[in-house]
Amino acid sequence: MEYIPNILFVLILAAGIGYFTKNIRKVIRNIRLGKDVNRSDNKSARFKNMAKIALGQGKMTRRPVSGVLHIIVYIGFIIINIEVLEIVIDGILGTHRIFSFLGGAYDFLIGSFEILAFLVLVGVIIFWIRRNVIKIKRFWSSEMKGWPKSDGNLILYFEMVLMTLFLVMNAADLQLQAMGADHYVQAGAYPISQFISPLFEGISQGALIVLERSAWWIHIIGILVFLNYLYFSKHLHILLAFPNTYFANLKPQGELDNLEAVTKEVMLMMDPNADPFAAPAEDADEGEPEKFGASDVTDLNWVQLLNSYTCTECGRCTSECPANQTGKKLSPRKIMMDTRDRLQEVGDNIDKNGSFVDDGKQLLNDYISPEELWACTSCNACVETCPVNISPLSIILDMRRYLVMEESAAPSELNNMMTNIENNGAPWPFNQMDRMNWSNE
Amino acid sequence: MSEALKVPTMAEYMAEGKKPEVLFWVGCAGSFDDRAKKITKAFVKLLNSANVDFAVLGTEESCTGDPAKRSGNEFLFQMQAVTNIEVMNAYEIKKVVTACPHCFNTLKNEYPALGGDYDVMHHTQFLKSLLEEGRLTVEGGKFKGKRITFHDPCYLGRANNVYEAPRDLLRKLEVELVEMKRCKQKGLCCGAGGAQMFKEPEAGNKDINVERTEDALETKPEIIAAGCPFCNTMMTDGVKSKEKEESIEVLDIAEMIATAQDL
Ligand code: SF4
Ligand code: SF4
Repeated sequence: MEYIPNILFVLILAAGIGYFTKNIRKVIRNIRLGKDVNRSDNKSARFKNMAKIALGQGKMTRRPVSGVLHIIVYIGFIIINIEVLEIVIDGILGTHRIFSFLGGAYDFLIGSFEILAFLVLVGVIIFWIRRNVIKIKRFWSSEMKGWPKSDGNLILYFEMVLMTLFLVMNAADLQLQAMGADHYVQAGAYPISQFISPLFEGISQGALIVLERSAWWIHIIGILVFLNYLYFSKHLHILLAFPNTYFANLKPQGELDNLEAVTKEVMLMMDPNADPFAAPAEDADEGEPEKFGASDVTDLNWVQLLNSYTCTECGRCTSECPANQTGKKLSPRKIMMDTRDRLQEVGDNIDKNGSFVDDGKQLLNDYISPEELWACTSCNACVETCPVNISPLSIILDMRRYLVMEESAAPSELNNMMTNIENNGAPWPFNQMDRMNWSNE
Repeated sequence: MSEALKVPTMAEYMAEGKKPEVLFWVGCAGSFDDRAKKITKAFVKLLNSANVDFAVLGTEESCTGDPAKRSGNEFLFQMQAVTNIEVMNAYEIKKVVTACPHCFNTLKNEYPALGGDYDVMHHTQFLKSLLEEGRLTVEGGKFKGKRITFHDPCYLGRANNVYEAPRDLLRKLEVELVEMKRCKQKGLCCGAGGAQMFKEPEAGNKDINVERTEDALETKPEIIAAGCPFCNTMMTDGVKSKEKEESIEVLDIAEMIATAQDL
């Protein structure tokens, strides 16, 4: 009987971590549905990016208010996890405040956790006010209706509850310590909860123990629920921001990749020495002719898919997008959310059927319309501003490639422009032979 | 002002068995667009006055393929690229300068993987290097003390992190440089990139160039300085739509320097 809480705790912990692992494996499997792209070069620059942008939050403070608040919540979140370590060990062993032997250092730790918890609480409340009272525009665009909107708020409620429980737990503990209750060692400094514990004066020791234990249990269960919630939320970014910044593009932002499949064909067409009989043999090797560009998520590469799961839905990209600011349908955040939603749909389809069964849908048209794609000026504002180095532009370009090279579905003015380039080497109908006329006009 | 432009071609150099120090890539806008041709000429005047040994490809130049690539037509882009690279490699070109950030970006970043590896400079970078080498002097002249704002071209700025070269030149012109609230990394696009120049904008409630012109007008400039023929057109149209063309000029930095020297 004595060990029931320990056993219960271990079971809950195992279930929480088990379910989380299962879902993370799904995410990894889904990301691997993407095409290959080599990002194994230049490891030191990649580590530096990750340290600076993900760990160091280097791009967050470009918007000072939300940036600083986010850093507080982020640091608080990470450091308070040391306390979770103690909670887990206590839970398994049935001990109480096992690290208390650290003495002064323990006081310092608990004291810091409390201050951080308080700051996180304040930060999260300000975030909530920004979203719901000040109604900052980027949180109210059309793609932020329904789940994405609730998701953003739910996470904030989660944090509020967790931080409050942590402080209540400590306040009750402090009161119990003062009463000299069994088990409750004299340890820790309580700079914040000392202001809460007077509220508990006059409550019986038994009731206080129930309160302390309840807060303790709900807190740790809450953390496990939070962990498992990530998979269903934009909050996956707290984990994926790290690989995402590590694998992000290191080349100049203006450089778009040259499609290799096209290069092969162009070289063949241009090479006077090419063996005309070599081509079919090569094609036979490779089976189906390669599809150019992307009409569905599986045509994108795995970094683009990782990008979609990492997107924080912060909307910084959309708020700086010239097309979006002037009322066009394009929103780079929506491009990322659509990609993720479609990828999730494809993944669920695989889970259900063993392998992907055609569902008559694709990313193009069912999620992202050509009108959105054609509104992009390729200005890179979205890429520049994204706090986790996502490139919505690369997805837009791959989808344009599909529209143009597979469906010949460019807007007619662009077709004219391209015909001009093909025929006279300029986007306008001028003769190439007149290219130097300017010099003697 | 009266002296005729000296614009030798690569073919002429080749015939004499010589190689120029740099190829001036004129670009389609610089060759055909009436407004951009003025920028081309201003830049050539500066090259001439600094005695730069340069040449152009002339009728052997063809579109870099940038608008095709950004429209999604990778085939056409690579055909253009490979053709241009063949010509440039035959002339053993090492260094290229261009007054168009789109050509600059494509030549610098997208040609190497297709066999065209050159040292590519934007004309503002090149002019700055001439200045540093003492081959060119830049003085304020008629621009001294004028209130001027600079519009960052996306393909020079964010795309390639070149923010200072154009500003350094403007400072040399002794102007009063006033930045727009969105500048450098945060600079708003003029609306022309990604092949938008060649099509009507998608449905919306405003034109991007008007939005950007409003940013510029907030600084109360006498001149809006540009470094891209497409931005130039977009901003000029924006200024016209605000009926400010009488009081505000849109000028390329090369034009400003040439004018300041009375070239
Ligand atoms: S690159 Fe395209 S999507 Fe991104 S900000 Fe510019 S116009 Fe918007
Ligand atoms: S793509 Fe980046 S900037 Fe845009 S919403 Fe997602 S995380 Fe934010």
